[in-house]
Formats: sequence, structure tokens, C-alpha cells
Amino acid sequence: MNSSSPFLELILDIPIGLWEASLFVWEKLPDMLEGMVLTLELTIFSLLIGFMFSIPIALLRLSKNPLLWMPAYGYILFFRGTPLLVQLFLVYYGSGQFVAELKSFGLWTFFREAYFCAIFTLALNTAAYTAEILRGAIQAVPHGEVEAAQACGMRGTLLYRRIILPKAFRMALQAYSNEVVFLFQATSLVSIISLMDLTGVSRVIVARTFAIYEIYIAAGILYLIISYGILYIFKKVEHRWSGHLRQRDDDTVKEASMTAGMH
Amino acid sequence: MLDLQGYGWMLGKGLEMTLMVGFCALAVTILMGMLGAWGKLSSSPLARGAANTYTTIVRGVPELLLILLVYYGTPTLIQSVAERFGHDIIIDVNSFVTGVFTIGFIYGAFATEVFRGAILAVPKGQIEAAQAYGMPRLLVVRRVLMPQVWRFALPGLGNVWMVLIKATALISVIQLPELVRNAGIAAGSTRMPFTFFFATALIFLGITIVSMLLQQRLENWANRGIRRN
Repeated sequence: MNSSSPFLELILDIPIGLWEASLFVWEKLPDMLEGMVLTLELTIFSLLIGFMFSIPIALLRLSKNPLLWMPAYGYILFFRGTPLLVQLFLVYYGSGQFVAELKSFGLWTFFREAYFCAIFTLALNTAAYTAEILRGAIQAVPHGEVEAAQACGMRGTLLYRRIILPKAFRMALQAYSNEVVFLFQATSLVSIISLMDLTGVSRVIVARTFAIYEIYIAAGILYLIISYGILYIFKKVEHRWSGHLRQRDDDTVKEASMTAGMH
Repeated sequence: MLDLQGYGWMLGKGLEMTLMVGFCALAVTILMGMLGAWGKLSSSPLARGAANTYTTIVRGVPELLLILLVYYGTPTLIQSVAERFGHDIIIDVNSFVTGVFTIGFIYGAFATEVFRGAILAVPKGQIEAAQAYGMPRLLVVRRVLMPQVWRFALPGLGNVWMVLIKATALISVIQLPELVRNAGIAAGSTRMPFTFFFATALIFLGITIVSMLLQQRLENWANRGIRRN
């Protein structure tokens, strides 16, 4: 033992260590995947709620009436200008200061649960970021298209529903995909308010086994896979939605003409 | 009201710490960003691969997980390596240093993209002109590239700073007495969590607004020699 070099031992131990670590992670993987389910659940619910809220907020923000745009601006500024962790604490712990009031409205059962507080906060947060993305996209809709629609007699809701919003959604897609990934990763904060998402489960396993590297790196890889998976899906959707804007692929044209010539 | 039941000073101390962490992390971020941009634009495939791996990992993994990994992982790693060489040491990692380096490391990946874009935005002709004058490479970087890179990078760096300062809130998880942690302690002993976390939110909002104004002035200053059309 003493005669062999510690360097050599270290090098030889690496593959063995890696193998043992993988076995250990494999054993804990079911628990971690269960955490991942909660992570995805929180992401999807908050995204859906946040997206629904973001459209009216973006429209209010674009209004010319200061009574309408100023509250929307304040909302966006507050949620984009403060850390998500503080927002989470404000809702989860802060609601404890108003137990009596919340109870009288029957809302305490809602704010008592970390799960609902998490979705509530994440949804409000992503609504602000999404509203800002949508605002930019709506403003970027070419004026000529709006005028053309107006010339066809479209007004108000119909104009927004048929022309402005579909166009804006497509233009916002790139920025929105980043927001989705950010929110997905931001859900890891809910582990701080005791929820057992992927980060929460990992922290518990680490506290019990001291396997810091194995577990946190495995969790990191899981997050990495889903993050890039989300970006990949959005890329596919964007590709589909912008099909009419792309120049036709030269190869497909050539192929088509070749097969046409063969017959 | 500003006294906050005698706990107002704690928020003041916390703000000091938050800003300290923020500024130090910004310095690390800028260094990592320049290093990363140099790697991404390097002709060496090894440097390119390293820089790409760096940005890919950081952008795919939550900050909280990276902070936990560095804070709890580093001492274990050093101790187990030292153990192999027959040393029995106990390492206590400083949460300030961990926080600064982890946040700097994370946002360095975002700054990498900012600097990469800024370097590419400098017209190639100017660099060629400088080379034609016989300037050595470092001089070209110092005299021609850097003064313009700062100007192009300023809007992006401003955004990175505003995200970074909010991310310092996560350091409260590793017990550094910054704004959020101090607010939590004060909230616990006064039983007024909403008051203290709301005050914290307002302080962060203040930092954001001041940063936005400063960024605007800085950009105006950096663009002072540029004609606008």
C-alpha cells in the first residue's frame, strides 16, 4: 500500500468510483424522477396560468390610458425587478401575517399549502416576463398588416384575435422559449419552501447519504436534458409555424423535378 | 416605520452584503465572460470545446443546484483528495467566497455570449487597418478592439448585472447574512414576515431602478462619440 504511488492509485480509482457512483444514482433514480414529476407539474401549471394572465397585462400595458398602463407597468416592474425567492417568501411566509384576514375570506387553506403558494408565485412571475415579451412582439407587428385588416373592416377583438395576436405569438416564440426554460429552472427554488421537487429530493438524499457529487450532478444532468429538450421542441414548433416564410429547400425542388422527369 | 421595530439596521447590513457580493460577482462574471468569449472565438478546437461546454452546462442547470454543489461539494472534494495523500484536514468553505465565485461562474456564461457578440460587432476592417500599421496583437486588442467592445457590450452587461443582483438572493440558502437572510431572521423574531420581505422586495426594486438609470447614462457616455441617425 505504502509503496505504490498515491497518484497511480487515484487514477486507478476513478473508473471504479464512477461505476460505484452510477450504481448509487441508479438506486436513487426513482425518487429523483418522482421529484422531476413535481418539477414538471409546477412548470406546466404556472406556465398555463401565467400565459393566460400575460395577454391582458400586455394589452393593458399598451393602452394609452394612464389608468390602465400604469398599473400594468408597475406589476411588470415589481415582478421583474425583485428576486423570485423574495416573491416566494412574500407569498408563503408573508401570508402568515394575515392569517385572520385570509381565514375570513376562506383563502387560508390555499395560502397554507406550499404547493399552491409556489404555483401562485411562479405564475405571477412568469406572467410579468411573458407580458413584456408579448408587448414587444405586439409592437413589432407590421403596421401595414393592421391597416389591411382594418380596411377589410376588422376592429377590436376580431382584429386582435385574427391578425395581431397570431402574428405576435409567432414573433414572441423565440423569447418565450427562453422564458419557459428559465421558469423550469426557477422551480428549483420551491425546494427552499419545503416542496419535494427534483432539487428538494436531491437535497434530502444528500443530507442522508452525504453523496453530494453523485446526486447533485445527476440532478444537474436531468435538468440539462429537459432544458435542452424544451428548446428543441420550441425550435420544431417555430420551424412549423414559419413554414410559409422560408424559401423552399433547393433539394426538394430538385427532387420533385427529377421525379417528375422520370415519369 | 423605517425603523421596522428596531430591525431596520439588519436590512441595511444585509443590503451592504448583497451589494458587496454583487460587485465582486460582477468582476468575476466579466473575467469569466471575457475568457469564455476568447475561448469561443479561438481557433483552437480545445478552447472552443471548453467554452461551449461551459455555456451549455451553466444554461441548462438551475443556479440553486450549482450553488449547493459548489458550497457543499468543494470541501468534500478537497478533503477526500487530501485524505488520499495522507493529510487529514478540515476545510470550512467561506460562504461569501463560494457565493461570489458560483454566481460569477454562472453569469460568466451569459457574459460570454455578450462579449462574443460585442467582439464580432467590431468591424473587421478596423482590425485589419491596425494590423497594417504594424500593431502587435495585444496592442490591437487594447487600442482598437476593447474600447469598442465595451460600448457594444454595455446593454448586454447591464442586463446580466440586473439578473445577477437578483440571483444573490439565492446565497441566503448557504447562510450568508445578505438581504434576504437578514430579512428572514428579522421576520422570524418580529413575526412580521410580510413587512420584512416586502421591504426587501422594495430594496431590490430600488437597486433595479437605480441600475436602469445608471445604465442609460453609461450608454449615453459610451456612445458620446457616435453619430446617431
